Amino acid sequence: MRHILAVMVENNPGVLARVAGLFSRRGFNIDSLAVGRTENPKISRMTIVVEGDQRVLEQVTKQLHKLVDVIKISDVTTEQYVDRELVMIKVNASSSLRGEIIQIADIFRARIVDLGVKSITLECTGNDAKINAFEESLRPYGLKELVRTGKIAMLRGMRYSGVQDSGGRQQEPE
Amino acid sequence: MEMTAAEALVKCLEKEQVEVIFGYPGASIFPVYDALYHCTSIKHILVRHEQGAAHAADGYARATGRVGVCMSTSGPGATNLVTGLANAYMDSVPLVAFTGQVPTSQVGTDAFQEVDITGITMPITKHNYLVKDAAQLPRIVKDAFHIAASGRPGPVLIDLPKDVLLTVIDYHYPRSVNLRGYKPNYKGHPNQINEAAKLIAQSRRPVIYAGGGILSANAGKELLTLAETISAPVTNTFMGLSGFPGDHPLFLGMLGLHGTRAANLAVTNSDLLIALGARFDDRVTAKIAEFAPRAGVVHIDIDPAEIGKNVPVHVPIVGDVKLVLRELLPKLVKRDDTSWLEQIQAWKEQYPLCYCQESEELKPQYVVEKLYDLTKDDDVTVVTDVGQHQMWVAQYYRFKTPGSLISSGGLGTMGFGLPAAVGAQLGLPGRQVILVTGDGSIQMTMQELATAMEQKLPLKIIILNNKVLGMVRQLQQMYCESRYIAVDFDFHPDFAMLARAYGMKDYTLCTPAEVDRLLPEALAQAGPVLVHCVVSTMENVNPVVPVGKAINEAVDC
Ligand SMILES: Cc1ncc(C[n+]2csc(CCOP(=O)(O)OP(=O)(O)O)c2C)c(N)n1
Repeated sequence: MRHILAVMVENNPGVLARVAGLFSRRGFNIDSLAVGRTENPKISRMTIVVEGDQRVLEQVTKQLHKLVDVIKISDVTTEQYVDRELVMIKVNASSSLRGEIIQIADIFRARIVDLGVKSITLECTGNDAKINAFEESLRPYGLKELVRTGKIAMLRGMRYSGVQDSGGRQQEPE
Repeated sequence: MEMTAAEALVKCLEKEQVEVIFGYPGASIFPVYDALYHCTSIKHILVRHEQGAAHAADGYARATGRVGVCMSTSGPGATNLVTGLANAYMDSVPLVAFTGQVPTSQVGTDAFQEVDITGITMPITKHNYLVKDAAQLPRIVKDAFHIAASGRPGPVLIDLPKDVLLTVIDYHYPRSVNLRGYKPNYKGHPNQINEAAKLIAQSRRPVIYAGGGILSANAGKELLTLAETISAPVTNTFMGLSGFPGDHPLFLGMLGLHGTRAANLAVTNSDLLIALGARFDDRVTAKIAEFAPRAGVVHIDIDPAEIGKNVPVHVPIVGDVKLVLRELLPKLVKRDDTSWLEQIQAWKEQYPLCYCQESEELKPQYVVEKLYDLTKDDDVTVVTDVGQHQMWVAQYYRFKTPGSLISSGGLGTMGFGLPAAVGAQLGLPGRQVILVTGDGSIQMTMQELATAMEQKLPLKIIILNNKVLGMVRQLQQMYCESRYIAVDFDFHPDFAMLARAYGMKDYTLCTPAEVDRLLPEALAQAGPVLVHCVVSTMENVNPVVPVGKAINEAVDC
């Protein structure tokens, strides 16, 4: 099964290497990984999609927890959640084909972000299924370049996987 | 107070009550040494190789229960620490290592003696730091000592760029640690503890399987009470040896690859395995599908990631073994079902450890047995290296007091022994420290003889010289039809002369009679002694569980 983990980490140098190293060292596969700051600049959120049964997931979670920089881990997939990914696709588009491509973009509510002489670059947001379908619809025109951000996800409603206390380290000098 | 970060570092170490640093200087770490010049409370031990510094800090930590500290310069100094850090990581030993680093402006430029030591040691440290902001150093040191010593202990490395060390900071040592992502759990869950008590009450053939966690949690007393209360036999992992009295009637000996048959049979036939601070390592379980096949498992460990990692667990309890046992003990009812213990006793009598000392040729096991006889009533710490001699010590020396064996278990690092013995002896000045090593292992770090002599340590070093890399020879005999390659030493230094070169007293023992006559004398010497025992080459460690077999399928080879 696929799990989406929201991993809250200290925004320290090397934290990405620690997490990525742990996955490769222990033979866990990452399907996708997206990292960025949260509402608290000291905390980053990694959204990691992993494939594996309950045992693998348990080990992934426990091993991640052993990293000092990892603050909190939630398996978003165990609850109601929304997930999104953004894709940018550059397709071949001679002026005669532009109309068709723009129609497809409309269907997927994608946006045109750049227009070249022979190409058009589109941006589309959605879940896996939508992005895959979008990609397949454009494939016949010739995909020149495609980039996906990796999935990000959030729990629905008032539930959250973030870190509550937004304060940093507390330390009093002697 | 204003001072350089290097001076502040020394102040931090004083605050942490560091007494000894094992280290080796160089250009990048220079400012710290300069700051140490004025420090009277911390003794710096100049080793002869940085690997020795890490192992010595490790031996010191295991002997004293304190955090071991080692230090090196950047580049080659730092890489020389790597084996020692990996060793401490595998055996969960609390260390803090300091490495010099090139100035921050040069980091990432392949500068002279630059290595990415935080990158290199990420998988073999509990945590590590590259200090970029000098003002953060006191907080980092405070955190590092806390991380190293708490929870499941382990090594922490702090990399110190030279310019950072020379930066003037306003020094305050933090009073408390607050790490959002690091909060070890010590107290076991009460419901789980009740569950464990229930399973124990129901079980008819319980076995206690105790690992190194017993020693790090200092839970020897609680383990003894547990075993005696429920009349359960106890087996130790290699790392757990000395955690339970080796001469106790409930003791089964070590289990696993070279375990006693009684221990392995007990586990195989058990209906409840009580795993304490142990991790179901492959040297213990062998063929894991057939490990304790009929047993429920209660697993108590400080590290949640160890629970359920290798085998399914019925009652997981995350917590400090000592604290959990203290909660568990009052919930237990005295059990005295004798049939299981009678069965155990029968196995013990049927399958004692044995070897054959019939000829004049000295058997290594004989030396270990004799050593045990001579020291069993004294407070001694035995340190070993890695190989057959290590297993013979594990089998034939009956450890009684927690911590009295210091050896490299998880990584199996040849060369650990001598520097670890140096560290242990420095930590326990009044105690007799005896190193049992092999002719291969000693040559990996024998430069530390100089450190031992310089520090006037009364170490007793016993080399079991079988003229081969015995453990590997045994493997080649078993699995390669005796096609021996790269295991015979055609040349050896004259070990007796080597001892003399360092100014140590030496003995060479070649027969059982010589051992009987001279080993007592050697051990009674006040100063350092090297005892060179010429032992038979073809001796094997038995029993042994062949590759791919279950632990109850051990053979003698
Ligand atoms: C650093 C290192 N290199 C290689 C090995 C593999 N190895 C394990 S035991 C052994 C032989 C040890 O020989 P010795 O110290 O003479 O002890 P003996 O087995 O003969 O008692 C070797 C080479 C190891 N454990 N550590």
